[in-house]
Amino acid sequence: MAKDEIKSEYRLIGTRPNRPDGLDKVTGRARYGADMTLPGMLFAAVVRSPHAHARILKIDASAALALDGVKAVVTRADFPTGLTGEDWNLQENSMAGDVALYDGHAVAAVAATSRLLAEDAAKLIKIDYEVLPHVIDVDDAIRPDAPVVRVGAADHTVPAGSPPNVVKCLDFGHGDIEAGFSAADLVREHTYKTEATHQGYIEPHACVAQLGADGKGEMWVCTQGQWYIRRMCAAVLGIDASGLRVTPSEIGGGFGGKTIIFMEPLALALSRKAGGRPVKLVMSRSDVLRATGPTASASMDVKLGMTKDGKLTAAKVNFRMQGGAFLGASPVGEALSCALACYDIPAVQHDGVEVLANRPKAAAYRAPGSPMAAFAVESLLDEMCHELGLDPLDVRLKNAVREGVKASYGPTYAKIGLVEVLEATKAHPNLLAPLGPNQGRGIASGFWFNHGGETSVSLAIGEDGTVTVSAGTPDIGGSRASLALMVAETLGIEYEAVRVNIVETGALGVNEPSHGSRATFATGKAAVEAARHAMAEMCRRAAKEWGIEEEAVVWKDGAAMPAGPNAGKFPPMSIAEIGAKMGGNGGPISGHHETNADGVGASFGAHVVDVEVDPETGRTTILRYLVVQDAGRAIHPAYVEGQYQGGAVQGIGWALNEEYVYGANGRLQNAVFLDYRIPVASDLPMIDTVIVEVPNPGHPYGVRGVGETGITPPLPAIANAVAMATGARIRSLPLSPPKVLAAIKAKGRG
Amino acid sequence: MHYHKPHTFEDALKIAANARGVTRFLAGGTDVLVQLRAGIVTPDDLIDLKLIPGVHDIARTADGGWTIGIAVSGAELGRHAALVAEWPGVVEGMNLVGSTQVQGRATLAGNLCNGSPAADSVPGLVAAGATVSVIGPNGTRKLAVEDIPASPGRTHLQAGEIVTAIHLPPRGAQGGDAYLRFIPRTEMDIAVVGCAISLTLDGDKIATARVALGAVAPKVLLVADAAAALIGTTLDDKALAALQAAATAAAQPITDRRGTVEFRKDVTAVLAARTARIAYARAKGAVK
Repeated sequence: MAKDEIKSEYRLIGTRPNRPDGLDKVTGRARYGADMTLPGMLFAAVVRSPHAHARILKIDASAALALDGVKAVVTRADFPTGLTGEDWNLQENSMAGDVALYDGHAVAAVAATSRLLAEDAAKLIKIDYEVLPHVIDVDDAIRPDAPVVRVGAADHTVPAGSPPNVVKCLDFGHGDIEAGFSAADLVREHTYKTEATHQGYIEPHACVAQLGADGKGEMWVCTQGQWYIRRMCAAVLGIDASGLRVTPSEIGGGFGGKTIIFMEPLALALSRKAGGRPVKLVMSRSDVLRATGPTASASMDVKLGMTKDGKLTAAKVNFRMQGGAFLGASPVGEALSCALACYDIPAVQHDGVEVLANRPKAAAYRAPGSPMAAFAVESLLDEMCHELGLDPLDVRLKNAVREGVKASYGPTYAKIGLVEVLEATKAHPNLLAPLGPNQGRGIASGFWFNHGGETSVSLAIGEDGTVTVSAGTPDIGGSRASLALMVAETLGIEYEAVRVNIVETGALGVNEPSHGSRATFATGKAAVEAARHAMAEMCRRAAKEWGIEEEAVVWKDGAAMPAGPNAGKFPPMSIAEIGAKMGGNGGPISGHHETNADGVGASFGAHVVDVEVDPETGRTTILRYLVVQDAGRAIHPAYVEGQYQGGAVQGIGWALNEEYVYGANGRLQNAVFLDYRIPVASDLPMIDTVIVEVPNPGHPYGVRGVGETGITPPLPAIANAVAMATGARIRSLPLSPPKVLAAIKAKGRG
Repeated sequence: MHYHKPHTFEDALKIAANARGVTRFLAGGTDVLVQLRAGIVTPDDLIDLKLIPGVHDIARTADGGWTIGIAVSGAELGRHAALVAEWPGVVEGMNLVGSTQVQGRATLAGNLCNGSPAADSVPGLVAAGATVSVIGPNGTRKLAVEDIPASPGRTHLQAGEIVTAIHLPPRGAQGGDAYLRFIPRTEMDIAVVGCAISLTLDGDKIATARVALGAVAPKVLLVADAAAALIGTTLDDKALAALQAAATAAAQPITDRRGTVEFRKDVTAVLAARTARIAYARAKGAVK
């Protein structure tokens, strides 16, 4: 049932107006990363390593530079030295130093007067390599005798004598783990694997960059976070952050993958070397798949203890993840923290390691780490429910976390909605749909923390009483609509009277990117505060004009009015009136708020999927799919449903067909969408959604953030459904037809 | 790169004969332009054949067969009611290529000359017994479709030779054909295995049959043993089992990013039986 059919205490919150950016997007007017053109602009091409691991012996660009129209070639020699930590990681990932660390690693870049000329010139840059041994798979990479990806990359958490590619170790937990397993009637332990997948955003990375010899520059770029891009590029190039002005383009998807830099510093370096001419750099899809952040691949052990009536007594998880050739790129910490977050378990122990491999630097991907962890834990939980003859939904309800429970990852939960989500799931008609032969139903829960973060918002009253909001979080999921709704609700004006602009780095204080499901939560919270700030000022202007105390004026229904009969008898002064008079009555009126937003509310979800598996080919068809998730409050229900559906679909792709396929030579074999198999529309049924609303007390309208939880349950839900349909339990993803058919045949052989 | 627009096949031949570098003929362009954009093949001479009179036509021949022009798109084939009624397997193979947009351009001739062992339209043409007319520096000749592909990306066409038309034989009474492919998704994908079968009936018994397999060898396979397993039967379980055994035995697949040897052999057997049932039903007039 849609929220907006229920009687609401709000005028606008929970309605479904058209998105402000909708017309531009459907008519092609919206300007994306590659749509910018500047006078004198050059075009860039990047030379990438064809080897998974190779020492760069020599780079000879003389033939390229001899071409008429080639204006600059850059290599690592054009970047400053001495960087450390994540700054070094970003620089090294942008452009290889002595060693190319993965297939697709940038080695040189060229700028020329046309794109074709730049591509021809790139082919003329001659690079001599000494090919080194490489390692791709996470379990291979952790072996003591594995090829060493980088010497000395481990941090202080790694004990001496560990295998050479182990760079980080984590462990945490609480409760008496041995006593917990002793109290169980059933203890089971299995190992699970997931492959790396890509965010698959439809818009490849693109930018137009300009940088002068004075260290001042500008960049137009497709990004989730213009301040992050600014800070990272400044560090990699050795310039002042404030010297670079970054303007975000419209964005065709990010899912976490556009929160960091890849080729942006190359465009800036080329511009600087070409005398400050602007340089456009647009990635191809193959570049995107080979050289931008996929997520990590994982190998995971899970051990659970359960009583015969379904109460979890203890849980132990041990995860190994690779996030490419760079320390800190894998989400192993998040994976461990999310693994058991749905359940109230007396004793939990988490152990994890990060391992280097010759693969691209992993970037955030929608609830980083949580989907893999859920695949392992929710698969085992399902198996144990079936072994004990228990209903998997009832068992999840029985163990569900609620307010006041100590979370598996440490803190105590505030108000959360997992119980409400599971109850709504149980009541849904999809659970009553009959199943035929070769069909199965799978259920799983999922969790994401959500995030607050650095946020700065300004709001200005126009001369006609309309309102402009300046926000720093790029709109990837309908946040302009949700911000406009919240501001209009707060000010008591119409939705259409509010325009939300996503602004450049010079216009506001630092904002974190649109990541962590934070835009509607944190930017929304700051925008409401900014609106209240402007409201207070408008009340002061009215008080001044009326000659009464400002405490005697209140704001109601889009106008200032006397607080009561004692304040005086004045007609309400509308926002339009105040706007029209403000020039002669104290000057411009704006509201502003900046915060490190606290009060974050976690979001829990549950998915139910029905599948049919062709027993002769192992091919899985999704018949029915249900997403139930706590939104806190759905500001714009259509975009909340869109987030639920999008998360489910990306999870379906991850579960069924998406994977990075490497050849024995360490080269990526499927760097095109033909062979990197994201679901197509005809693969999918309509994804059913239920928005549960357990308001978050930490947000003025109860928002939790909804973008990420939805990709967490699909992996195990589908694996559980396939297990029911085939009788074969598969503990590695993807559930591609060859793998499923092999499992069906193995079961037949007994 | 030079782009040419000849109005006769003879002019096209002359341009090709004078070309010195990489030459590509352009029909629908759904392979050539994609390869150009991806930097895989950058032709020095691109010879567009779409302006030659007749290349957009689908024509009934005197013997009751069909001649299909080399620039006829998949969408045009799919909307040709008489052709679809007689050769549904040929048309459904072509109509599986790419997206709706690609269907507006992609052609049988292009799919054949691209040389992919996974080409979706080729097994159907082979099973149908289709032939092609070819013009070249040494005159014209006619070739069976199965004699065109050589290996992935290569054909037996000689340098400068151009396919000028595709010919389907008369369908005759009590004939039916079908094409099935396996892909992990539902569309926009490349066949992991493809199977086409064309057969004719004498009453309930299969009188003639041709079985073609795609994506399980370096080029399309015409499997005589598989056809023999069908001929003289009523497609009973024994015949289907013999068909599956013959098809699986003929398949020589590889393991790659799209499937394994074992999986492709298993699916070859599955598709052979499923395709045969559809072709048989169509021949009986039960399904179109």
